[in-house]
Amino acid sequence: MVSPDQVAWANRKVPPVTGLWMLSLALIAGGVSYLAAYLPKRAPLGPAVGLLVAAAVVLVVGVVLLARQRDFAWRRFRQVAGWTLLAYVVIAGMIEYAFVYDHTRGAVLVVMTSMLCVFMLAPPLLVGFTVARFQHTS
Amino acid sequence: MVTRSGPAAQGPTLFSTGPAVSVASVAAVEHSLAGAAHETPERDAPVEILPVKALPFVGVAVAAVIAAIGTNSTWALDFFHVAGGGIWTALDLFLGFVLGPILGRMSIPARIELTKKLMPKLVLIIPVLVTMTLAAGFQLARHNGMLDTSFSRHAWVVASFAVVGVMAVIAIGLLEPANIAVLFELRKPQPNPAVIEKLMRRFIFTAGITGAMQIGTLIIMTRLAS
Repeated sequence: MVSPDQVAWANRKVPPVTGLWMLSLALIAGGVSYLAAYLPKRAPLGPAVGLLVAAAVVLVVGVVLLARQRDFAWRRFRQVAGWTLLAYVVIAGMIEYAFVYDHTRGAVLVVMTSMLCVFMLAPPLLVGFTVARFQHTS
Repeated sequence: MVTRSGPAAQGPTLFSTGPAVSVASVAAVEHSLAGAAHETPERDAPVEILPVKALPFVGVAVAAVIAAIGTNSTWALDFFHVAGGGIWTALDLFLGFVLGPILGRMSIPARIELTKKLMPKLVLIIPVLVTMTLAAGFQLARHNGMLDTSFSRHAWVVASFAVVGVMAVIAIGLLEPANIAVLFELRKPQPNPAVIEKLMRRFIFTAGITGAMQIGTLIIMTRLAS
C-alpha cells in the first residue's frame, strides 16, 4: 500500500530551478535566433550579449538556489548530470565545429561560443535535478 | 494477482481533469504493481536507462551528419534533414496524439511494462533525430542561401528558428528529464507510483505540445520548399 507520504514525496516543494534553467535556455535560443537571422551579415552584438548575460545570470541563480538544499540526493545529481554533460559536450562540439567551419570569426564567434557554453550546461542540470529530486537521500 | 486493472478501477488517469494523483488511485497502482511483480519474474531485471548496444548506431549517425556537413553534399544534407525531420515529426505526433491517450487508458501494470520498454529507446532516438535534423537543416539553409537576409522568404526561416527554439526548450527542459527520471524511478526496488504518474503525465503532455508545434514546422518547411 502506498502511503500518503509517497504522494507527498512526489509533490514536495523544490526550488523553481526547472523554470529558471528553462528560461536560461529560452534566452539562449532567442540570442542564437537573433544572430542567425542576420546571417551572413553581422548582427549588432548588443542585444545578443544582453541575452547571453541574462541567461548566464539566471543559470547561476538556479545553481545557487539548488546548492542551498540540504535534503537532496547530490550523489545521484552529480552522476546523472555528469553523464548528460558528456552527451552535451559532444553536441556542443558539433555545433562549434559548424560555427568554425562556416567561417564565424571574432566577436560573433566569442558570443556564439559563450552561448553554447550556457546551452551545454543547462540540460545536464535539468536532467540531474529532475532525477535527483525524486531520490531519497537516506 | 492483479485485482484492479480496468480503467474504472484506476481512478484518475494521465489525462484526468481531477486531482493530479489521488491517494486511492495510488493505492490501486501499488496493489497492481505488487500483483504484477508476482506474475512476471522478468520484472526483477533492472530497467535499462540507456540501450548501450545501440550506441554504435548513434555514433555512425553522428559521424555521417558531420561528414555531410564537412563535404557540403546537398543530397546528404537533404537526406538527413528531410528523413530526420519526417521521422521526428511523425514520432512526436504519434507519441502525443496516439500513444499518449492509449497509455492513459491502459491498466497500470501494462502501462509500466510499456514505459520500461519504450522509454530507454526514446532516450537515444529522439536526441539523435533532433541533432540530425537541425544540424543538417541549418547547413542546408546556409548552402542554399536561405539564411541570407536577401532571401525572399527569409521571414519563414526566422519563424522556423522561433518554433524550433520553443520546441527545444520544452524538450530539453521538461520532456527529456522526465524520460530519464521515470527510468530511474522504475529501477528502484519499490517504485513510487505517484512519481511515475507525475513524470509520465509531464512526458506525454510535452510530447503533445511539441507534436502540435511540429504541424507549424511542417507548414513553414513546405512554404520554404515550394
